[in-house]
Amino acid sequence: MAAPESQNLATPSALRNAFGSVLSVLILVLIGVLAFSIRLFSVIKYESVIHEFDPYFNYRVTQFLSKNGIYEFWNWFDDRTWYPLGRVIGGTVYPGLTLTAGTIWWVVNSLNIPLSVETVCVFTAPVFSAFASWATYLLTKEVKGSGAGLAAAALLAMVPSYISRSVAGSYDNEAVAIFALIFTFYLYIKTLNTGSLFYATLNALAYFYMVCSWGGYTFIINLIPMHVLMCIVTGRYSPRLYIAYAPFVVLGTLLAALVPVVGFNAVLTSEHFASFLVFIIIHVVALVYYIKGNLSPKMFKVAVTLVVSIGLVVCFIVVAVLVALVASSPTKGWSGRSLSLLDPTYASKYIPIIASVSEHQPPTWPSYFMDINVLAFLVPAGIVACFSPLSDASSFVILYIVMSVYFSGVMVRLMLVFAPAACIMSGIALSQAFDVFTGSIKYQLGGSSKSKDDAEDNTSTNNAPKDDASTGKTDKVEEIAKERSSKKGKKKEREPAEKPSIRSKIAKKKALVLPLEASIVALLLLIMLGAFYVIHCVWAAAEAYSAPSIVLTSQNRDGLHVFDDFRESYAWLSHNTDVDDKVASWWDYGYQTTAMANRTVIVDNNTWNNTHIATVGTAMSSPEKAAWEIFNSLDVKYVLVVFGGLIGYPSDDINKFLWMVRIGGGEFSHIKEADYLRDGQYRIDSEATPTMLNCLMYKLSYYRFVETDGKGYDRVRRTEIGKKNFKLTHFDEVFTSHHWMVRIYKLKPQKNRIRGRVKKLKSKTSSGSFTKTEKKNPWI
Amino acid sequence: MMNISRSLALISLFILPLLSFSFSVDNPTDRRVLVLLDDLSLKSSHSIFFNNLKSRGFDLDFKLAEDSKLALQRYGQYLYDGLIIFAPSTERLGGSLDSKSIADFVDSGRDLILSADTSASDLIRGIATECGVDFDEDSSAMVIDHSSFSVSDVDGDHTLVAADDLVKSDVILGKTKIEAPVLFRGVAHSLNPNNNLVLKVLSASPSAYSANPSSKLSSPPQLTGSAISLVSVMQARNNARVVISGSLQLFSDRLFRSGVQKAGSPNKYEKSGNQQFVTELSKWVFHERGHLKAGSLVHHRVGETDEPAIYRIKDDLEFSVEIFEWSGKSWEPYVADDVQVQFYMMSPYVLKTLSTDKKGLFHTSFKVPDVYGVFQFKVEYEKLGYTTLSLSKQIPVRPYRHNEYERFIPTAYPYYGACFTTMAGFFVFSFVYLYHK
Repeated sequence: MAAPESQNLATPSALRNAFGSVLSVLILVLIGVLAFSIRLFSVIKYESVIHEFDPYFNYRVTQFLSKNGIYEFWNWFDDRTWYPLGRVIGGTVYPGLTLTAGTIWWVVNSLNIPLSVETVCVFTAPVFSAFASWATYLLTKEVKGSGAGLAAAALLAMVPSYISRSVAGSYDNEAVAIFALIFTFYLYIKTLNTGSLFYATLNALAYFYMVCSWGGYTFIINLIPMHVLMCIVTGRYSPRLYIAYAPFVVLGTLLAALVPVVGFNAVLTSEHFASFLVFIIIHVVALVYYIKGNLSPKMFKVAVTLVVSIGLVVCFIVVAVLVALVASSPTKGWSGRSLSLLDPTYASKYIPIIASVSEHQPPTWPSYFMDINVLAFLVPAGIVACFSPLSDASSFVILYIVMSVYFSGVMVRLMLVFAPAACIMSGIALSQAFDVFTGSIKYQLGGSSKSKDDAEDNTSTNNAPKDDASTGKTDKVEEIAKERSSKKGKKKEREPAEKPSIRSKIAKKKALVLPLEASIVALLLLIMLGAFYVIHCVWAAAEAYSAPSIVLTSQNRDGLHVFDDFRESYAWLSHNTDVDDKVASWWDYGYQTTAMANRTVIVDNNTWNNTHIATVGTAMSSPEKAAWEIFNSLDVKYVLVVFGGLIGYPSDDINKFLWMVRIGGGEFSHIKEADYLRDGQYRIDSEATPTMLNCLMYKLSYYRFVETDGKGYDRVRRTEIGKKNFKLTHFDEVFTSHHWMVRIYKLKPQKNRIRGRVKKLKSKTSSGSFTKTEKKNPWI
Repeated sequence: MMNISRSLALISLFILPLLSFSFSVDNPTDRRVLVLLDDLSLKSSHSIFFNNLKSRGFDLDFKLAEDSKLALQRYGQYLYDGLIIFAPSTERLGGSLDSKSIADFVDSGRDLILSADTSASDLIRGIATECGVDFDEDSSAMVIDHSSFSVSDVDGDHTLVAADDLVKSDVILGKTKIEAPVLFRGVAHSLNPNNNLVLKVLSASPSAYSANPSSKLSSPPQLTGSAISLVSVMQARNNARVVISGSLQLFSDRLFRSGVQKAGSPNKYEKSGNQQFVTELSKWVFHERGHLKAGSLVHHRVGETDEPAIYRIKDDLEFSVEIFEWSGKSWEPYVADDVQVQFYMMSPYVLKTLSTDKKGLFHTSFKVPDVYGVFQFKVEYEKLGYTTLSLSKQIPVRPYRHNEYERFIPTAYPYYGACFTTMAGFFVFSFVYLYHK
């Protein structure tokens, strides 16, 4: 908006515009501050720590990057995870987040501001959420003007869904990826509106950043072709569309292939095929338009039949090639996660490892209300607003929200992609509503002054200023380069059509002026709605989404209780075990163990090797001896289990255990889920199956548990445990944290001697001095 | 530590040790041996055996098995390196000793000679079971062999067995072949075939069986033929060695001296094989023979000397390990052609036999496989009679770095050519299009 206003400061309306733009800059700064500060609850309420699981890995990688530089990071072979396979971190990680934080750290430190890597990591997400809200402003401004842009930016700054992934300390890919996503869309729309090759190039670069940051980039590479296709089908093809799309696909694909983790996937997997297909189509269409422009209508008809027939043949060949390619790839070209997007039941049916992750589950209805709150009601209004009038940009936003609603319904994690769309729509809806209401109030209060109305129209009605601006620009540029008329050309064509429509709209609006009282009441109601939203968002940020999950708190009559068991036990591991010892646990705790305890783990949260995870799952669901053998073959020294039965921490290993059984059973057929269920019910009380009561997970979780209260009452499952007094034969308890949340066991060494016939001896000897306990062996 | 153990030994022993070494890696041969007897007269009746041990430098400490002052360790330090239990009839050991403390003694890497006899007590059987040896449950049963008994067996019940089915191992029984049969009178025991730690040293002949010689056989005997072991050894995983014999008389002066003629055999020997058998076996059990020591594993890239922190796939590396054998007095280079090294990640990717330079150094060289991961150099050497060597060293193997691949692949030259001609063509085309009228 700034450009056109500076051109002609002379007129009073332009002065108002200048004032408006200063105000909007100020508002944007405040929105940035709001977005940053609303995410600091976690630091204030807890402490400045990295949260949860994946962020610990990212933190560790960032540490490595800041210590060893980018080339070492690129070639990093990590021998401390996935023992003994190791993991090529440089080639399997999306480097965007790490490089971003590493760069920030480097810049800050070269400015002699001594921030630790951890601090930078903690605050990366809040900083980028400010960027994301500014990007939202830009995107929405392209669609419906700056009023809607500001409203959308303010909404996005505090939308709970986004807060949940970007509070301070939540150092995950999504933190920067949402910004990259919105910014890429903004640049696409900008290119579409201006037809500038400069923005098209920037768009490809933004897409590259997105590819670097998050696997969710496939959403972009599918959504944009879809929009292009939609435009072509609805007859909205223009050279601007071509400029917005063709360079993006070519450059974007080339750049995406540069990211090691994507590599040739950018041209080999079917997630990307849609873009190539549309790329071909848009060329065919462009050719048709070109020929149409050059031929007489009669000749054109002949040409059409020719082109259509050739086109059909080409299409047929291409489709055949695609089908052959897709069919030849093992997963039919689709990775499991993508398949579960198309068929929501796919994962739970075939891939337990994907289904086991809670963020891959479909969301429940309340989670929509929790995560976007009143936006859910505003979105439909925004969609309606986008249809009047429908432009290329608004059609894109509509497509965006439709697709993201679907995807968020499949996977709760993708609520994050949906939230910006909801914010944009709601921002549009709010701003339109405010327009109507304030407009009518102004009119009713004696706003017969036409100039005022015009000015007001200029600032707040969404299409008007843009049109004005582009017209002004067009006039200037037209003479210089008539050929390069992409947007301008279109605007010129449309101008006569649109100008009257705006005029008529203004006239219509005047006709549709609402009564003063109704407007005021509606305004108040809208403000209340906004207030509710703000209250909800602050509550969500403060209470619901700030817990770092490595430190837990509970409030009861005695006051605040802090459960710091995780860090306690990781510290124990790092102080009491040998540096090369291997620790086995369920994969959730792999990243934390490597990052916090600096010990080698067997599996971690990067679930790339199903067999390896299944091996650990099988060990956990096997009886002690078999489990010992599995662990011993993996050189495991310690086994770590998380147990919440004492304090009622529900996401412990016993609750995750069925997934271990399923994943283990998926690879090793002797593990059967039915053996662990009594009549289809998962239970650990006296009704539990013997397989369940004898499996390693049960034993390690409940070993000595009866000693706590004499009954063995599990507060998570709300029942007494089935088997209370038992001894461990192959494992030694070495550490149990303060609240019993983490229990660490050591594998007993192999027996020094093999005993003779035990049973007969027992019947004979009365002494009974030969206990089965393992003797200390100083030689092993 | 040495001083403490010596002063402790001073307090507890009535034989002052001249030089008391605790069992150590440097000197694996036992020095201080506690002998538990159920009758002190055994001291004289088995004097040849004991004197032989003394002459080889062992400090023998004779105690009655029921002695109430018996103690194997004091203040957490073991007072002895070896234990000989010649007390088959003892029901309870004196002092703090019980079968568990004896099992602990073995688990601490110390050695044991245990001899049962007819009507061995439950205690002795219990210790034997701990070591994986099962004596015949019938406490009155003896080994009877009607075809390979000693002709000097005057009683006629054929319980003095002349056994010559010895294990074929120079390490356990010495290089000199034991010509004469070994005389044995005592109980049979059996081993679990799945137990790979125990080994029959002296087996009975196929015609032997285990039964009570004084009563008539009412049912088929449980232990028959060569399933019967007369003398067994056990080498625990920590290389502690145990000899278990079913006969105490095997060690006695009388059987040492007596001549032997196996029934049905024309060969008559002046002296039985007992003395040689027992002496050689005691050398083995007290680690005078067959004890190996390995130095650290050394590996490096070919042409380098320093050990790298990480290998790259397809690196050529050299690997070596030093192995020495204890001769009873000093460490001698071990010579063998069957030591192997594994390059191991869940399964051995490379398995190579090491060649030796006869000075104790075993070496080889190989190429790292085209697989990255955390590998281990593993030397697992288990040879009959020798102590087990189990060494491993972890080493990660990384894939190529981004700049270690070939820069230009010959087969791709057409593509390079296509690329550059396209660029040139585009340039020429643009030039012609723009400036050609």
